[in-house]
Amino acid sequence: MYAQMVKSAGTGVKSREEMTDQERDFQDKIDADIKIEPRDWMPDDYRATLIRQMGQHAHSEIVGQLPEGNWITRAPTLERKAILLAKVQDEAGHGLYLYSAAETLGVTRDELTEMLLDGRMKYSSIFNYPTLNWADIGAVGWLVDGAAIMNQVPLQRTSYGPYSRAMIRICKEESFHQRQGYDAIRKMAEGTVAQKKMAQDALNRLWYPSLMMFGPSDKDSVHSAQSMAWKIKINTNDELRQKFVDQTVPQIKFLGLDLPDDAIVWNEETSQHDYTDPDWNEFFDVIKGNGPCNVDRLAARNKAWDDGAWVREGLMVHAQKKAAAKLAAE
Amino acid sequence: MANVDQQALFQFLLRMGDNTLVLGHRVSEWCGHAPVLEEDIALANTALDLIGQTQFWLGLAGEVEGKGQDADALAFRRDVWDFRNFLICEMPNGDFGQTLMRQFLFDAWASVTLAHLQKSSDERVAGIAAKASKEVAYHLERSSDTIVGLGDGTAESHDRMQAALEYLWPYVGEMFASDDVDANMVAAGIATDPAGLRGEFDAIITRVLTQATLNIPQSTFAHKGGRDGSIHTEHLGHLLTSMQWLQRVYPDASW
Repeated sequence: MYAQMVKSAGTGVKSREEMTDQERDFQDKIDADIKIEPRDWMPDDYRATLIRQMGQHAHSEIVGQLPEGNWITRAPTLERKAILLAKVQDEAGHGLYLYSAAETLGVTRDELTEMLLDGRMKYSSIFNYPTLNWADIGAVGWLVDGAAIMNQVPLQRTSYGPYSRAMIRICKEESFHQRQGYDAIRKMAEGTVAQKKMAQDALNRLWYPSLMMFGPSDKDSVHSAQSMAWKIKINTNDELRQKFVDQTVPQIKFLGLDLPDDAIVWNEETSQHDYTDPDWNEFFDVIKGNGPCNVDRLAARNKAWDDGAWVREGLMVHAQKKAAAKLAAE
Repeated sequence: MANVDQQALFQFLLRMGDNTLVLGHRVSEWCGHAPVLEEDIALANTALDLIGQTQFWLGLAGEVEGKGQDADALAFRRDVWDFRNFLICEMPNGDFGQTLMRQFLFDAWASVTLAHLQKSSDERVAGIAAKASKEVAYHLERSSDTIVGLGDGTAESHDRMQAALEYLWPYVGEMFASDDVDANMVAAGIATDPAGLRGEFDAIITRVLTQATLNIPQSTFAHKGGRDGSIHTEHLGHLLTSMQWLQRVYPDASW
């Protein structure tokens, strides 16, 4: 998932006694794993939180085109270029499903877009980091999509029907991207000295930003309890981060690359890897807009939107003319 | 097939593959910057199809040449003078209207050309044309709809589309110029004379541009030099600079 620090609306988890009858029925459905559908009653705070989370996820797919698009024109073979184009196309498609799913909650895609463009809504912090060499494209597929899948697989069981169905579809494509990304970086790790250097550089730079994708440490994650009760968040940030580290460390070793963190070591007692937490000050800086690419990413999206205004308007006016002509002919 | 001039066939295949390669590259430059999400998807999809067609055309070109060059070697290791694409394919994207007008004019040419190539005496050529035709039919439908929508939209969108048409019009003629390579292909039954395809092309563009309330320029002047490589625009060198950079800097690497 590409949603971090989604603030749950409301005052926190209510006890059954504090709930109204309607709220109790709603919570019972969730506890019984019955999906909530667009026409069902839902608490305003559930709706508002989902809009934030799904909107942030959709925005991430859209902004996520930019760091990958940065290398489409420089892809080293026709096949790599085709794979990258297909991946970016899939991501724009994911954005489309997610906006459509969010629209079932009563918000329009244009409203969400406006909130992205003026900074009221966020996208994942990872896309505020640059892609500097070709191995970054492999690493984005392997690490970034890998981290996203870690979060999205449980979300296939999320309580909101349209979101859950979007996740099922998206997960299939993301797994494919992850395998392609791993294949691309493996080719480089096994390649020339220069290629191996690119692969190591990409891993070193993207490791901590990938760990940050899961959001702040559980002890600082103030919004989780309500979202977990509503099943729009299934696991805690630290659980997923640990799972990601445990999955990825053997892959790094298989590639023959150096671990990006000297403190990574298998802990017999806990049966998991110890590792160094990301620098959370850096994370909060990025969230506040001070990442290496925040300004450029938002400027690029704003420019695309502004430059495209005449196109959207032209097509809309034409559609109206066509509808009017059809009506007149009837 | 033994009598076919292999050098002419190689040139013909380079023309086909370089068109899709260079245009596919241009279209891919839009990634993440389109006016609306559906267009981001459509542009990436179009670029993807064109790059896929390139793999077939240049792959076959390398085989015919017989010097061990595969599609990647041809795409990433030749210099400007060796490229055989129409000049229109290398023209910059400009605004979205210019990109779509370029696409529409190319799609109309491609749909007419590929329909004939499906009857080629060379089965390999006919096979690639059959596969590409399906994609191009969709590209043409989409670019036509967009040209009509924007031409017959607001005053601003109309004026931008008219300006795009006038800017690109001098590059249309080259698509229908014939030379010795074409004469060779016609003699071998591999391809149709491009000059003979103009009527079908004009029928398509007249129908769409009329519906789009756009005026087809009267001028018959045509820039040329792309399909024989004699004189490209300044734009192609910059395009190749980014496209070929990794292969040029790390010639020993495989990716």
